[in-house]
Amino acid sequence: MRVGLFVTCLVDVVRPEIGFSALKLLESAGCSVEVPATQTCCGQPGYNSGDAAAGRALAKKVIEEFSGFDYVVVPSGSCGGQIRLHFVELFKDDPDLKARAEDLAARTYELTDFLANVLKVERLDSDFRGTITYHDSCCGLRELGVQAQPRRLLGLVPGVKLTEMEGCTQCCGFGGTFSIKYGDVSGAIVDEKCRNIRASGAGAIVLGDLGCMLNIEGRLRRTGDETTRVLHIAQVLSGDA
Amino acid sequence: MHVQSMHFKSRAAMKLADARLQANLGRFAHRVINARAAAIAELDDFEGTREAAAERRDRPLANLDVWLERFEKAATARAATVLYAQTYAEAAKLIVEIARRHDVKKVTKSKSMVSEEVELNQAFAAAGIQSVETDLGEYILQINDNEPPSHIIAPVIHKDREQVSQLFARVHEKPRKTEIGELTREAREVLRGHFLSSDMGVTGANFLIAETGTVAVVTNEGNEGMCTILPRVHVVLAGIEKVLPTLEDAATIMRLLARSATGQPISNYFSLLTGARAEGEADGPEHMYFVLMDAGRTGLLGGEFQDMLRCIRCGACMNHCPVYQKIGGHAYGWVYPGPMGSVLTPSYVGLENAVDLPHAATLCGQCSVVCPVKIPLPDLLRRLRERQVERGLRPWYERVALRAWAFAAARPALYRPLTQIGARVLKWMGGRSGRIRSLPLAGGWTAHRDFPAPSGRTFIEQYRARRGG
Repeated sequence: MRVGLFVTCLVDVVRPEIGFSALKLLESAGCSVEVPATQTCCGQPGYNSGDAAAGRALAKKVIEEFSGFDYVVVPSGSCGGQIRLHFVELFKDDPDLKARAEDLAARTYELTDFLANVLKVERLDSDFRGTITYHDSCCGLRELGVQAQPRRLLGLVPGVKLTEMEGCTQCCGFGGTFSIKYGDVSGAIVDEKCRNIRASGAGAIVLGDLGCMLNIEGRLRRTGDETTRVLHIAQVLSGDA
Repeated sequence: MHVQSMHFKSRAAMKLADARLQANLGRFAHRVINARAAAIAELDDFEGTREAAAERRDRPLANLDVWLERFEKAATARAATVLYAQTYAEAAKLIVEIARRHDVKKVTKSKSMVSEEVELNQAFAAAGIQSVETDLGEYILQINDNEPPSHIIAPVIHKDREQVSQLFARVHEKPRKTEIGELTREAREVLRGHFLSSDMGVTGANFLIAETGTVAVVTNEGNEGMCTILPRVHVVLAGIEKVLPTLEDAATIMRLLARSATGQPISNYFSLLTGARAEGEADGPEHMYFVLMDAGRTGLLGGEFQDMLRCIRCGACMNHCPVYQKIGGHAYGWVYPGPMGSVLTPSYVGLENAVDLPHAATLCGQCSVVCPVKIPLPDLLRRLRERQVERGLRPWYERVALRAWAFAAARPALYRPLTQIGARVLKWMGGRSGRIRSLPLAGGWTAHRDFPAPSGRTFIEQYRARRGG
């Protein structure tokens, strides 16, 4: 099974280790993984800011780069949602590219969705120990239906104790450029998320999207929380955490 | 209502700094979200029901002219007069003319957001006609110097009991009450006199039923009945999009309206009012008028924003919106707040007057998940953003930044070295703590949180080194 890994721009620059955790998870499950070296960004920042032309240019690039793979896996619900849902929308007036976008969409999976539902992983080689709470990132949850998959996989790690926080499906306030344009509103929203994380008593907050991760970690640290770990689910599942 | 949407940023900042408002909003969101979830869970098939509700709203919108004519015919047959207004000014003028024709001195109003669009109370005041809001929330706002509502269902949700108690004591000039029951009784005593001396009632319309010429009105307080049965004249002010072909359509939508709005299986009162009082009938107004207003609706018909016209004004989108929950309705600066307002405001008062609103959302998608008529609100907000870019309404620095990013991201040979340098610079900026406390061009981020610094080498760089590629 040939799998193309789209690491996403944020993982590439800010948290490369998450890319390697994802790679390890896929390879341990028997996939032959390739990382097209020309990959950059799925185009979501432009698309969500109203620049559909930029969104189309980058979407076309991703479609071409990942044309030869059986599956394309993304360690992010947000970029996964962009590829699965919005590429098709971007090319609604171009039958040829729309067909190629649909083809790519059908082969593209968010990481935990792929591990749980395509590879049907039953065993994980991870020794993570501790109480965690899980944040459901918006696009993964509401665009791709990622909710049971990460929890099922976390259940395969013997040392993990999952304690759900209040409002785990509530947005963390990131919203891409929203967090910069309306920093104060975004700050108030993530503040509530951080209060819920602390109230859960968990030692680590685990999630599947870089945007939420940087937002939550940044707010926890700014408000003096030096101890709560902020981890991508790939790190916990791969045993790299 | 006077448009203040261009001041969204400063208004939002003010609301965030208001500790009392924050406490009031926090209590409300929690309660209403849980109540809705419980009420929706009672339905056998929520998805199927909202599918049906959306379809029943779409059907009249596809041939709105035909259904409006059918409505007009049926209403006219029941001795009601149907008038059309193209603009807010026309609607206000028609209603004031009706009042003058019937020598009206006092108007009692039941809650209507369309009347906020029209600024109907101001029009009455200018014509020397007294107009009294009779929904408790709207009444509180009216006696507080005509404060605008902050929510389409719960207009005074930004205030707590203490604030209302103080207001009543000051305005009613009575000993201060503190219990909600006592406060409500005091308002009721004031309103009772107005009901009995009112010459004309004004209501909105939850639906206009084409087959029967009926207006359907949903309330929890029964004040609408007092506004429509006691006075001589009843005026219904409604947007033209409110028409439904049949009573059965209304029944389907009613399964979701109160559940989505307040978590009730059905509202306390649901009135179906058809025509003026006929010979031999015991009640009803002597004269019934419908003022059906366009004011921007036809601009959405047949276009990429038509889905918005399905809206049944339940307020679920704002209740579940993380942004609304933090800033409340006043920050949005016009009649309709939250996600539905961020689509309607630019559509009705001009994209250039509401540049912030389509962007004042995280696109988290919860609004479209709870919407009982399946309006794809995040998609509509994104399309408004596209129209803004096309019309050059976004700030130059934002356009430059996005263009630069797109230019680089489309060219790996340029992008790779840039990201490698960027990762190293950010790592250096993070220092030993690995956290950046202040970032140029991203002050909105770092004013409220750190930026976790990268580890220094990009994934692609390390991957190539490992694979020798």
